[in-house]
Amino acid sequence: MNEITLRVNGETHSLDVDPSTPLLYVLRNDLGLRGPRFGCGVAQCGTCTVLMDGRAVRSCILPVSRSTGEIRTLEGLPEDGELHPVQQAWIAEQAPQCGFCQNGQILTAAALLDSNPNPTDEEIRDGMDRVLCRCMTYYRIQAAVRRTANAMAGRETDERGAAAVSGREDDR
Amino acid sequence: MNTRNEARRRPDANRVEDRVAKSVEQALGRWGGASRRDFLKASGLFVFGLTTVGAAAGRQGSEDASWPDPDFLQLDSWLVVHEDGRVTFYVGKTDGGQGVGTATQQMMCDELDVAFDQATVVMGRTDRTVDQGGSGGSDAIERDAMVGRRIAAEGRRVLLEMASERLDAPVEELAVRDGVVSLRRDPSRTVTYGELIGGRRFDVALTGANVNQTTGVASVKPVQDLKLVGQSIPRYDIPAKVDGSFEWAVDVRLPGMVHARNVRPPFAGATLTDVDESSVRDLPGFLRLVRKGNYLAVVCEREEQAIEAAERLVTTWDKPTAAPFPASDDLFDFMRSAEWAPPTDGRMAGETHGDPDGALANAATVVEAGYDVPFQGHTAIGPAHALADPSDGQLTIYTNDMKPYSHRTGIAEFLGMPPEKVRVIWMEGPQLYGRTAADDAGFEAAYLAREMGRPVRVQWMRHEETAWDTKGPAFAIDMRGGLDRDGNVVALDYRGRIANYAHVGYNQARTVLIAQLMGLRPERPSPGGARGPDDMYHVPNRREETSAVRLPLAFETPLRTGNLRDPNGPQTTFANESFVDELAVAAGADPVEFRLRLLRAATEDDEAFRRARSIAVVEAAAEAYGWDARPSPGPVGSGSVLTGRGIAYAYRQRTTVAVIADVEVNRDTGRVWVRRMVCAHDCGLVINPDGLENTVQGNLLHGISRTLYEEVRFDGEKVTSVDWRSHPTLTHRDSPEQIEVVVVNGDPNPDRPDLRPYGAGEPSHRPVPAAIANAIHDATGVRMRRLPLRPERVLEALAE
Repeated sequence: MNEITLRVNGETHSLDVDPSTPLLYVLRNDLGLRGPRFGCGVAQCGTCTVLMDGRAVRSCILPVSRSTGEIRTLEGLPEDGELHPVQQAWIAEQAPQCGFCQNGQILTAAALLDSNPNPTDEEIRDGMDRVLCRCMTYYRIQAAVRRTANAMAGRETDERGAAAVSGREDDR
Repeated sequence: MNTRNEARRRPDANRVEDRVAKSVEQALGRWGGASRRDFLKASGLFVFGLTTVGAAAGRQGSEDASWPDPDFLQLDSWLVVHEDGRVTFYVGKTDGGQGVGTATQQMMCDELDVAFDQATVVMGRTDRTVDQGGSGGSDAIERDAMVGRRIAAEGRRVLLEMASERLDAPVEELAVRDGVVSLRRDPSRTVTYGELIGGRRFDVALTGANVNQTTGVASVKPVQDLKLVGQSIPRYDIPAKVDGSFEWAVDVRLPGMVHARNVRPPFAGATLTDVDESSVRDLPGFLRLVRKGNYLAVVCEREEQAIEAAERLVTTWDKPTAAPFPASDDLFDFMRSAEWAPPTDGRMAGETHGDPDGALANAATVVEAGYDVPFQGHTAIGPAHALADPSDGQLTIYTNDMKPYSHRTGIAEFLGMPPEKVRVIWMEGPQLYGRTAADDAGFEAAYLAREMGRPVRVQWMRHEETAWDTKGPAFAIDMRGGLDRDGNVVALDYRGRIANYAHVGYNQARTVLIAQLMGLRPERPSPGGARGPDDMYHVPNRREETSAVRLPLAFETPLRTGNLRDPNGPQTTFANESFVDELAVAAGADPVEFRLRLLRAATEDDEAFRRARSIAVVEAAAEAYGWDARPSPGPVGSGSVLTGRGIAYAYRQRTTVAVIADVEVNRDTGRVWVRRMVCAHDCGLVINPDGLENTVQGNLLHGISRTLYEEVRFDGEKVTSVDWRSHPTLTHRDSPEQIEVVVVNGDPNPDRPDLRPYGAGEPSHRPVPAAIANAIHDATGVRMRRLPLRPERVLEALAE
């Protein structure tokens, strides 16, 4: 009997699984969550991302025995029935194409903005860099992160304004 | 969902057909009617917990199930109007994330005169949607959604005739809006589509020699009367993809389902001689090894158990006696030294106009250059996966195969089953781009499910996908061109060599990987197709020839080829449009003016006005960019970072595209950053401008990735690029900071009422490598002729 206790999206789960099992498979196959998905299994792509105590972590290599924090998945991101501002910005920018990687993009952006609510373009690029997208929606994702930062600060973002890059006029 | 079958009898949770249909249709249809605003208002309602396909199941049924093909000549196969007036469109296509489902819904709603939010699209289920082939060739909007328009127009015609009877007025006196028919002279008298036919069959026959020609008797509307077409309606699939509730093919769970992992040959062409089952027999959850020939899989109760068992299984393989292929560093020498094999396939036969050899002999200036493009992988963000359910003497495969119909017939043939006993349910997955035109995992899941007698889910691992997915073919292309004394192009000679001699086709029962490993194979490997570059330049003497190079190992090879987004376009256009740039340099001409001169050298055009539309995109790109005419290279700067701009142009089928790239080249590190891109794009009628822009942005960035980073690396016995470190891709840090998509309508009669939409899923991909290489030349004066342009290669070229 391997009793493992997980706190996921505000609920406590007791599970009988091998403690070395990566968190990803427990979230998907035991708890039926769809947000985190398998992409590489070696923490290179970010598709399996979850938040643990507010930090973006890669659930494909994290053993359940070490998943001792408060875990939030994409499904758990909305609060009080409202989509998280990042999720709203993702819809406003129509960011996804296939959408398979967007779990990691959205959660990484949420964690980034949580620690740095007003990132520069450079900080967005660096903060998001290790989350891969093979539909190559990076341009819209970065726009959506800027849109979220604007929304959280109460600033307006016009229809396509988030896609425009500040400071670009100076070099041409 | 009220389909024909279900209208006749009540759903029965014990029947496999109903069990699966209900929950999957819920998943597929959940967002069909929700507008973005509705979604945002109600978002709190849509946070889902555990729901699975199997959760609604109850026990497995015992009745034999089978699924005949929906009849494309029946209106009811395409269109169902429900009692509440909602509408479901059944479309035999799939969506790779470019929004063709939303765009198709816009087009069909427009013709039927229902609101966008009244409708739902169901796509790619072989038991419910007619065989339109699934995805491929960027034809969903150009060809198949035009069928959808005709179908919807016919539905409107039939409904208006019914309304005419009901309201006792001629059709000409009726108006219809959002599915409500009213009398023009007395708008208080109305009848809804739901009241006219809701829940009942149309029983209206259609005509057409094949599915692409399907039509009723009604005409489609003039473009000017379309209201939803041309609007940036938000994609219906995005909200659920953003809140985590979307059900993907990877999410389907069935009662009794088990997990399989493949064990691949460690060397290409290896023979499996021994499997030591004792190395895994005692692992928790171990169920069975399944082996046939060189195909080997391990099946376990739980997913992580299957992963561990596949890693720990001890196997013995014999290496092949001959090297399967040269090392990737020697590939282009190998290709150029291979015997020139005039292709037998008509598509590869090549063309000659005028007398290119004579014109080159007499030219004032002759330019020659060779261009190399390596094998490139699909490397989908999620590896191949599928789930097969063998209950009740049938097989249902849940897959993201972009061509579910050939998946069905291929699997039926592979397993010796009647096709009507096999059903394929397409669900979304990681991007397709040709990889899932031959979805190996679906065949494997089907085979293993039959062996195990229970549902089996197969999931490839990352190293397996990156090594063994289908590859875009390598090209070695030699160009010669001649200029007269005035700098006019008098001759152009294209000789391409393509390493495409192991093409897997579309879900063929003898070319998918499991079949090859089992020893099933066609008599000869397929050379695939190959074509030269596509441009509308007028060059009086011109030759295009292609030869197919065969690597030593043609089967069971990780260098098997398959269609990768715009299968030959980026490679051939890299050569052609780099070379045109080299000719412009030799002529001392501005690259834009030089191209326009080549396009204007003749005046005749084709049925799609591609010449006029090519001129239009080149001019539009230059204007949007703010192009100042001058020859390349520009003055080379003195700092670490050099900047330059480059243009490339091409057409694909009936879509014309010009791309301008602005690059920064760091001469200390070799890093190339494409800072800004401008793309002028003419795909005729635009259905959803924002969806088009998103699609073009993805094409451009995917093009940057293939230009700068992507290469399949291999030694003499195996692929060595197996993950995101060894097969790198574009990331956030290196993506452009500015992209401008300029939508062009270069039709000589831009307001024509029958303006057609053309494909957009691939055309803007193809000019990207040449535009970047041309920009690097403009910045540095150095010509890069071998992809990808990784920093070490750039540094090496700059040092020369």
